[in-house]
Amino acid sequence: MPSDISTPGHDAARDVLSAYIVCAALWLVFATFVGVLLSFKFAYPEFAAHTSWLTFGRLRPIHTNDTFYAWASIGLVGLAYYIAARSSRTALYSAALAWAGLTLFNVAAIAGTITLAMGINNGTLEYREWWWPIRLVFLAALIITAWNLLATVARRSTEDIYLSNWYTIGAVLWTCIIAIVAVLPWYQYGLGQVAVSGYFMHNAVGLWFTPMALGILYYAIPKLFSRPIYSYALGVFAFWTNLIFYPIIGSHHFLYSPLPWWLQTTAIVFSVAMLVPVWGGSANFLLTMRGQPERLARSPAMFVLIGVLGYLIGSSQGTLEAFRSSQQIWHLTNYTVGHSHLTMYGFVSFVIWGGVYALLPRATGKNPDSLLMGIHFWMATVGIVIYVLALSIGGTVQGLDWIHALPFIQSVTDMAPFWLWRAVGGSLMFLSHLVFAWNVWQMTYARQRADVGAILATEAA
Amino acid sequence: MSKLMLIAGGSTLVYAVLAILMGVLPGAALSRTPPGPGVVPLTPLQAKGRDVYVANGCSYCHTQQVRPLAEDAVFGRPSAPGDYAYQTPELLGSERNGPDLTNVGVRQPSEVWQYMHLYDPRSVVPESIMPDFSFLFLVVPRAPDGVTAVPVPKPFAPEHGVVIPTRKAQALVAYLLSLKQPAIPGYHPPAAPTSPTAPAQGAAAPAATSTFDAAAGQKLFAANCASCHQASGLGIPGVFPPLKGDPVETATDPTEQIHTILEGLHGKTIGTVAYPGQMPSFAAILHDDEIAEIIDYERTSWGNNAPLATAAQVAAERAKTAH
Repeated sequence: MPSDISTPGHDAARDVLSAYIVCAALWLVFATFVGVLLSFKFAYPEFAAHTSWLTFGRLRPIHTNDTFYAWASIGLVGLAYYIAARSSRTALYSAALAWAGLTLFNVAAIAGTITLAMGINNGTLEYREWWWPIRLVFLAALIITAWNLLATVARRSTEDIYLSNWYTIGAVLWTCIIAIVAVLPWYQYGLGQVAVSGYFMHNAVGLWFTPMALGILYYAIPKLFSRPIYSYALGVFAFWTNLIFYPIIGSHHFLYSPLPWWLQTTAIVFSVAMLVPVWGGSANFLLTMRGQPERLARSPAMFVLIGVLGYLIGSSQGTLEAFRSSQQIWHLTNYTVGHSHLTMYGFVSFVIWGGVYALLPRATGKNPDSLLMGIHFWMATVGIVIYVLALSIGGTVQGLDWIHALPFIQSVTDMAPFWLWRAVGGSLMFLSHLVFAWNVWQMTYARQRADVGAILATEAA
Repeated sequence: MSKLMLIAGGSTLVYAVLAILMGVLPGAALSRTPPGPGVVPLTPLQAKGRDVYVANGCSYCHTQQVRPLAEDAVFGRPSAPGDYAYQTPELLGSERNGPDLTNVGVRQPSEVWQYMHLYDPRSVVPESIMPDFSFLFLVVPRAPDGVTAVPVPKPFAPEHGVVIPTRKAQALVAYLLSLKQPAIPGYHPPAAPTSPTAPAQGAAAPAATSTFDAAAGQKLFAANCASCHQASGLGIPGVFPPLKGDPVETATDPTEQIHTILEGLHGKTIGTVAYPGQMPSFAAILHDDEIAEIIDYERTSWGNNAPLATAAQVAAERAKTAH
């Protein structure tokens, strides 16, 4: 694997990337351990019960917030820093700021986890359950990141600003606005807050995780397949359409609610419009990868391929789900939970893994064991397929039970086998994360037996 | 630098406009939604109970939004914008692993049932997967004066002592019981599908000659009655009376049974046992033919064998109580 070791500012960029990915991996293990615990509570409600902080209602927001704001956010920002420096052929503007940001991300996540366990929950407003001072810490981390990324790209030694940086810098800046809109109270009373929840839920996903992950794909795919992106212009087009369509679709989380009907309809219309950036972006990635199947085997490209497919399938499914007719069956069922895992896991998490396996060895000169990378890949892939299938089928059964006006408890007992299968899929996913964490250790701080990169670096010096 | 400014600054400006249009402005406009008729603020105790509801993440499994869909009719009338005037934070929820709670105070008004269900949900609903909230209760040697112990059934009760609710549990139950949809003047629920076997209201049909749909009766019983009286018909000793062999359930004349379902019951002594539970009125929840089906199911189940009732009889009794 080609190494980036003899480039300017390399040591700082390597150390920052390593630290971010190690933290992200630890948070992934923790957050998905909580997720597995939660999944078993559906099948065995007496499992780890009787204690306040072990109840479902306390653990669920810990699982979601830590996967969002600790695992995925820290992992994505770490990769974004490295890509900003490498694609601009320059050193990071400030390693110190990157370290400060990492500290703040971690402080927010630790404080958020502890307070949620204690029952300090911001109104169970989904994905913004952290107490507001903690969300301000997260906002501070975002502002530092935005400044550092901008300043790094500003000192680039290339003419162009590579497309990846459009997506990552945009994402960080927009998310600062999302965080501010979500935290201010003056327009969030009663039904007004429902409107803001709809806006927030989907913007946090679609203008933070999505563009960050896309930015990583635009860098990792050309690297892994040794050819430029199929169409730069299509990437720019997808950038602007994603920006304009995504913020409008949030209210589709509240179809048939008392929110104004026109607001719901607007959300449905733009959910369909989202097919434009989704299919445009996916086609761009797949066309870049075309005709090189030999590059997939034993390569980080496997993760990237699943990530692209997760983006294509998960986002298209989102459009399908937004129609009123589909919502009559699937809204409020476990089908939605399957969808959110298809996107946050099948898309975002796989892209992070692809990015880590593609870039971290270039930075450190230490490769993961190819067999262990394969074990991680297959356990995670089989796990998410079982997970999504179980909840998609089960959620459909649940929805049909309600439509057929069966006693409510019937929908609970009918879900039992599907919840058990979900726990099986979830356990596989969790086990794969232990392997990932081991691989990250091997790629970063472990002393490798055959440390080829380090030897090369010594010889070059 | 200028190109960076264009991409970063330009896109951020576009996004800021969209965030104001799609987040801030709808939020500001809808925050001023006036309360609907009969929608009142919570009492301090109920508000404290709502905080307990939030702290323990109840809304991850229980929605508080009734959609204008037939499948949601079991949970009440469709939610209206004015219902949410005093509801900050909003608790609409996104998942129904448990039933919607918008109108639970009407559906399940029994304080005793709520306490038992919170202490251990499986003590009243065997299939439930809800976590137990036993940490909101205390086990003491004997209940202090003025506090009623929760009548937890034997297999679920602690070995020694009695269970009493903490202040938090009291507040939470006060909040749950406050969840009642106020009527909207002029709103009438969609008419019940007219059953071809049920004679029109007022027609004098002789009792005990008609047949009934046992499967439908069982379904209605499971949805409306079983959480207290249990699928076994045995109730919960000392708390919710058994229907199996009950004198009213097995009487030849179903009139008292019809009235019990239409009007609810509280503080009734049956035999030597005084039952503390509160049975809700089903007059506004069930139609005449549905009540008749439940009665007939009860009269022919668990060894009961009494003459059936008809929808016409229910309609006639309903007409009497209406005045």
